[in-house]
Amino acid sequence: MSQNIVLKKGLNIPIGGEAELRVSKAIAPGITAVRPTDFKGLLPRLLVKEGDSVLCGSPVIADKKNPDILLTSPVSGTVKALVRGEKRKLLAVLIEADDEQKCIDFGVKDPASMDAGEITAALLESGLWPWIIQRPYGIVADPAVRPSNIFVSAFDSAPLAADGDFCFASEVKNIQAGINALSKLTDGEVHVSYDADGDPASELRKLSGVHAHFFKGKHPAGNVGVQISHIRPIRKGDTVWTVSLLGLAAIGKLFTKGRYDMRRKVAVCGPMAIEPSYVETLPGMPMKELAGFYGSNAPETRFVSGNVLSGRNEGVDGYLGFFDNQITLLREGTERELLGWLRPLRWKQFSTDHSYFSWLTPKRKYDMDTNLHGGVRAFLMNDGYYAKVLPMDIYPIYLTKACLAGEIEKMEQFGIYEVLPEDLAVCEFVDPSKNNIQEIIAKGIDLMLKEMA
Amino acid sequence: MNKIFEKGGKLHWLHSTVDAFETFLRVPGTVTRSGSHVRDAIDLKRILIIVLIAAAPAALFGMWNVGYQHSLAIGDTGLNILGNFWYGFLKVLPLYIVSYVVGLGIEFAACQIRGEEVSEGFLVSGFFIPLIVPVDIPLWMLAIAVAFAVIFGKEVFGGTGMNIWNPALLTRAFLFFSYPSYMSGSECWISLRKTDTVIDGFTGATPLALDGAPAQYGTGFWDLFIGTVPGSVGETSVIAILLGAIILIWTGVASWKIMAGTVIGALAVGLIGDLAGISKVPCYMQLIYGGFAFGAVFMATDPVTSAQTECGKWIYGILIGALCLMVRLFNPGYVEGMMLAILLANTFAPLIDHLVINAHLSRKAKKLKAA
Repeated sequence: MSQNIVLKKGLNIPIGGEAELRVSKAIAPGITAVRPTDFKGLLPRLLVKEGDSVLCGSPVIADKKNPDILLTSPVSGTVKALVRGEKRKLLAVLIEADDEQKCIDFGVKDPASMDAGEITAALLESGLWPWIIQRPYGIVADPAVRPSNIFVSAFDSAPLAADGDFCFASEVKNIQAGINALSKLTDGEVHVSYDADGDPASELRKLSGVHAHFFKGKHPAGNVGVQISHIRPIRKGDTVWTVSLLGLAAIGKLFTKGRYDMRRKVAVCGPMAIEPSYVETLPGMPMKELAGFYGSNAPETRFVSGNVLSGRNEGVDGYLGFFDNQITLLREGTERELLGWLRPLRWKQFSTDHSYFSWLTPKRKYDMDTNLHGGVRAFLMNDGYYAKVLPMDIYPIYLTKACLAGEIEKMEQFGIYEVLPEDLAVCEFVDPSKNNIQEIIAKGIDLMLKEMA
Repeated sequence: MNKIFEKGGKLHWLHSTVDAFETFLRVPGTVTRSGSHVRDAIDLKRILIIVLIAAAPAALFGMWNVGYQHSLAIGDTGLNILGNFWYGFLKVLPLYIVSYVVGLGIEFAACQIRGEEVSEGFLVSGFFIPLIVPVDIPLWMLAIAVAFAVIFGKEVFGGTGMNIWNPALLTRAFLFFSYPSYMSGSECWISLRKTDTVIDGFTGATPLALDGAPAQYGTGFWDLFIGTVPGSVGETSVIAILLGAIILIWTGVASWKIMAGTVIGALAVGLIGDLAGISKVPCYMQLIYGGFAFGAVFMATDPVTSAQTECGKWIYGILIGALCLMVRLFNPGYVEGMMLAILLANTFAPLIDHLVINAHLSRKAKKLKAA
């Protein structure tokens, strides 16, 4: 049974630099980073030391709280360096790849003939478990918990997001294997949400054994959190899991090929990208491998792993995040515009507000930079100003203020269980008071984790 | 910014002030740190300048009308448009200077103490204050009133965005209760020089207070609609205010729900007054009398002090309209009710939101239980 859900609220941010649908380069990174900081709620314990040699799929880091959860190496090679930050916090394990890649053989298996315990064990052993994210809070799932449902978003509505059909049409078999495996881990269903405006003949729509939903609307309609809130809102005490298509494909490959294979198509996009297109690479790839895309502009370029709304600011020395299949290159907007806010037209800037005139050119794409376009102020506009871009049944600013105040009870009331920071990213984009709403929500979630533990 | 204004520098105490002027001239070069890496071009400066643009027709018309009413009072025909405007401009300008110097001075100092950037909120409040006070008000009174409104109405709550009452209306309320003789009666709403001699049959009463008595100015629907009647500077011309309302609604700065709610509330109570025979004028005339239109469009819709929730905005608006007419119709003491109605509704706005949100949450909980 399928269900059509129309979302009227939302905003597609018209940023230029969409990636052309071709793979321009296959990058086998010389150095690959395994980073525990990609995973919320994971306390890293090192399993390797400098100079150790690892295979593709060898464990590198384990979780302190749950030692069964492993992060494994995406390449075979030698541990070159351990990067640490303040208070010796482990930031990354750098692995230098061998010329010849050797993978651990986990064995081809058929998930249909396995039980839940065997599947969980296979995912934990291979390092694929961290693909499974638990809601509320968006942390790595607890293997001991059976979720009430599993949710998958089969499309990404974020600005310049990688094209689902282009990236995953050839992976449908693997994704199906991943779904077959995960459906054994829940008593509920695997819910897959499609773009109602997508190609009806898309390979991805042929997935079986799932409960399909169709969403029509602007970003964040493709966010799994928004979809959950319309399919089966999370109540206090509920636990559900979410997995991305990338994760399903990787999990599927464990069963169909017996390997830990993280290779993926990554959209390199954004206004600063030269000839934006796709590359085929591994997570943990250094941004410097993209030299062809940014040329000599590195100092004034921001490297975002993920999309412009909720991706991570990596810098030129950063890496591609574990969960990301998009790298956005933006110009740092340090320029000081004379009387900017006073100019009647300000033709080059995009604004949803009617006091500017972007609404006259709905199809135009803008060369956006990272300028804040104003000073940080207290929240002055009504909740409705923000709610008009958020297709969820919550009061975004009341929730944000509850997080600011650290009031657990209010945060619960206003729906902290239903959201991740990324869901409110569009509210942050339109905020005339220039507050970092996602950061505030993230702190609120951290507080919940601490208080509820 | 020059180093001497930074922390530890000699002139650090001027930091907020310098920053305010600097960002006024040029958009700051600040970039996003994380989160949403690109941002909408809108900022509070832009939103507030839209409010000023929207209020400008009312202000300009008001200045001319000050001169026009003065001319009528001294028996002139009032046809000298430029001369009238100039008279009004010279009358209103000192009010603006006092309002901004006192208000912004306190605001800059308060922001420096809190170590924040100067918020633009008072640019709007300071623009409205001269539009809602009698034009001949002594400047020292205005200065005290503005200082009271900014300090006790705003800064003690934490500055712009945290206040409960509209600061501009608080200024007027302070004058109203502290210096009632300057704020009511039949002298205060028409500007007169000491040397002026008024014509026979002159009355300074506003149409609302006139109650049908004859006056030197017209009191028909169109006189009131266009605004050629005595009153505070900004409130008389319904046409100019409607122009502002269109700008505010189109840009989304002010809520049309609040404006519509206010009109509905006023018409409802006005109709009761009509049917009960209490009211001497048809209820629709109440919408163009006095400060109703100005209050409904510019004062009630202040996004900080109004209700926040969409449903709450309707309730809040209706409450203002109804309260205003109740004061006008059932209270022989005051002829004007808009100021008190809005301030009272400001006080109730958080409660309205609380009830709306609780109703929403319990509805949602029920839905979840059923699912």
